[in-house]
Amino acid sequence: MEKTPFFHALTLDTEACIGCSHCMKSCPTEALRVRDGKAVLMPDRCIDCGNCFKVCPTHAIYIKQDDFESIFNFPCRVALVPAVFMGQFPNDITVSRIYGILKDIGFTHVIETESAIPIYTAAKEKYAEEHPDIKPLISTFCPAIVRLIQVKFPSLVENLLPLRAPIDITAMYIRRKIKREMELDDDQIGLFYITPCAAKIAAVKSPVGEEKSSVDGVINMDSLYNRVFKKIKEQGKGFQEKKLPVSQLSADSVLTSLTNGERRLSNAQHSYSIDQIDNVTEFLEKLENEEIEDVDFLELRACDQSCPGGILTCDNRFLMCERVFERARKIADRERKGEQAKDHELEEERVYLMRNMVLGDIKPRSMLVLDDDIAKALEKMKKINELRAMLPQTDCGICGAPTCDALARDIVCQNAELTDCIFIQRNLEARGNMNIDESLKIMELIWGSDKMDDYVKK
Amino acid sequence: MHFEYQVYEADFVNAGAASSAIKKTLKQLNINPSIIKRVVVALYEAEVNAIAHAYGGTIFADIESDKITVKVVDTGPGIPDIDWAMQEGNSTASPEVRNMGFGAGMGLPNIKKNVDKLNVTSKVGVGTTVEMEVNFV
Repeated sequence: MEKTPFFHALTLDTEACIGCSHCMKSCPTEALRVRDGKAVLMPDRCIDCGNCFKVCPTHAIYIKQDDFESIFNFPCRVALVPAVFMGQFPNDITVSRIYGILKDIGFTHVIETESAIPIYTAAKEKYAEEHPDIKPLISTFCPAIVRLIQVKFPSLVENLLPLRAPIDITAMYIRRKIKREMELDDDQIGLFYITPCAAKIAAVKSPVGEEKSSVDGVINMDSLYNRVFKKIKEQGKGFQEKKLPVSQLSADSVLTSLTNGERRLSNAQHSYSIDQIDNVTEFLEKLENEEIEDVDFLELRACDQSCPGGILTCDNRFLMCERVFERARKIADRERKGEQAKDHELEEERVYLMRNMVLGDIKPRSMLVLDDDIAKALEKMKKINELRAMLPQTDCGICGAPTCDALARDIVCQNAELTDCIFIQRNLEARGNMNIDESLKIMELIWGSDKMDDYVKK
Repeated sequence: MHFEYQVYEADFVNAGAASSAIKKTLKQLNINPSIIKRVVVALYEAEVNAIAHAYGGTIFADIESDKITVKVVDTGPGIPDIDWAMQEGNSTASPEVRNMGFGAGMGLPNIKKNVDKLNVTSKVGVGTTVEMEVNFV
C-alpha cells in the first residue's frame, strides 16, 4: 500500500473559514472535520474532487496555481488548453481568435490537450487487446476517479488502465516538436496546463504511477478566462481577427472530455460512461460485489457532464457541452467533405509516444483500513459497532464529524470523544454526570469560542 | 465478530445487502482485496440462492482475525442430489427464476471456486444449509 501523502491542490484559508461545515457534509470520502471552528482536511482521504470548493459560502477553499508571470521564465511558453476552455465563450468568438488572444497575453505556442487523443485511443485499444483477462478496464482519464478507486475501492486498482493521460501525451508531443523545430533545450520550454479542475492539478504536481510530471506549471481556467474575456471586451464589436492556424483536432478528439467521449470511441462490447462522483461510487460498489458483470470498459468522470462541470470552468456546463458539440459537428462536416486537415506530425511521433505511454504501478491506498494488524483492526471494529449502537444515527454533524459512523471511527482512532455527541451530552446532563459548563466547553473545542460568543451576544 | 442477516423469498431487490455489509467490514480490516472479493462473490451467490431457490433464510457470519465463516440456512425445497447440483450448468430453477437471469446452474460451483472450505447439507422439503470458510492468509 502506498504511504506517501497525496499532494492537494485544494487549500483551506483558515482566516476566511467560518466553520459552517457545508464542506464536511459534501465530501464523498468523509475527508473533512470541524475543529476549533475551522474545517480540517484529512490529506489521506481527500481525492481533490472539488465538491467542498463548490459549497463553501466564503470561498475559504481555494486552488493553488502557479503565478501567471512565471510563464515568462521561459523563452518558449506553451499553453496546453483543453477544448472545454473554448466552450466557455459564445459561438461568435472563434477558436482562432482565442488562440490569438492567448498569444497576445504572452504565450508563444498554443496547443489543445486533445491533440494526442488518436494515439491515446490507439494505446487503450492495444492495452485492452493485450490484457483480455482484465475486465472491466477502467479509464484513468479523470484523476479524481483514479484517487477515488485508490482510497475507496482498492480491489479495483488492478482494473485501472495504466496509461498516461491525454494531457501528458500531448505535452510530450509538443515538447519534442518544439525542441526539434526551434532547436531548444528542455529547460527553455515551459509547458503550462490550463486546468478545469483541482484533481488535474494534483495529478500534474504529484502524478500517480509516474516519476515526474510532463508539464512545468498549471494555470486555473477561471483566472485565464478573465484575462481572455478582458481582451475580447477591449477588442470590441466588429473586431477584425487575423486567422491563425489551430490544432487539427478531429470531431472525435474534441468530444473526449465530455461524458461518453471515450466510450463512443471504444471497441469494447459492453461499456458504460458514468459521470458525477456519487453515481460512480454507486456503480463501483455493485461492480466490486460482482452484482454487475460482463463489463469490458468503464469511462468514469467525477464531475457532472465531465470536464465542462469542472469547478474552475466559467459558464453553465450544459451550455459548454452544447458549444463543444457544435464545434465537433462543424469539424465532422468538414471531415465528410474531406476538407479537415489531419495532424501528420502527430503520426510521425506515434511510435515514440506509444512507447512512452505506459505508467508504472498504481497502488491502492485504502482510507478504510483501521489497523495494519487484522486482530487489532477487528478489536477496533468491535468497538465501532458498540459505539454505533450508542449514537443517535441522525448524522447531524454537531460533533464535527460528517456522520455518526464517522464519529464512532474517529473515537476508536482517538481523534474524537464520545462526549462530542450532543445527544450523549444531554443524556449525561440529565443524569447529573455533566454540567452545562462542561458541555459548552466541548462545543467550543469543536465550533470555536467565537461562534459560541457570537450566539450568546446576539 | 458476529453478524446475522435475514433474506426473504423472491426479494431480489435486496439481494446483495448482506454481502455489501460484510464487504464494508472486511475493507476496514486490512484484508487483501482479492480475498475480500472471493468472500463477497461467494456470499452473494449464497444470498441469491436463498432468495431465488428457497423460501428465504438466515445468514450467519463470523469474522475472526484469520478467517471468515459464513453459514446460510434456508427453508425451502432442498437439494435432492448435492453432487449433481455442484456441477456447472445443473439447476432446478423454475422458468420464472430463469427469466430473471438467475438459475444458470453456476451458483454452487462458483461458491466452491471462491472459498477454502465448503459444506452443503440439505433435506428435501425442509431446506439447505451452506457453510463456507475463507482464510485471510
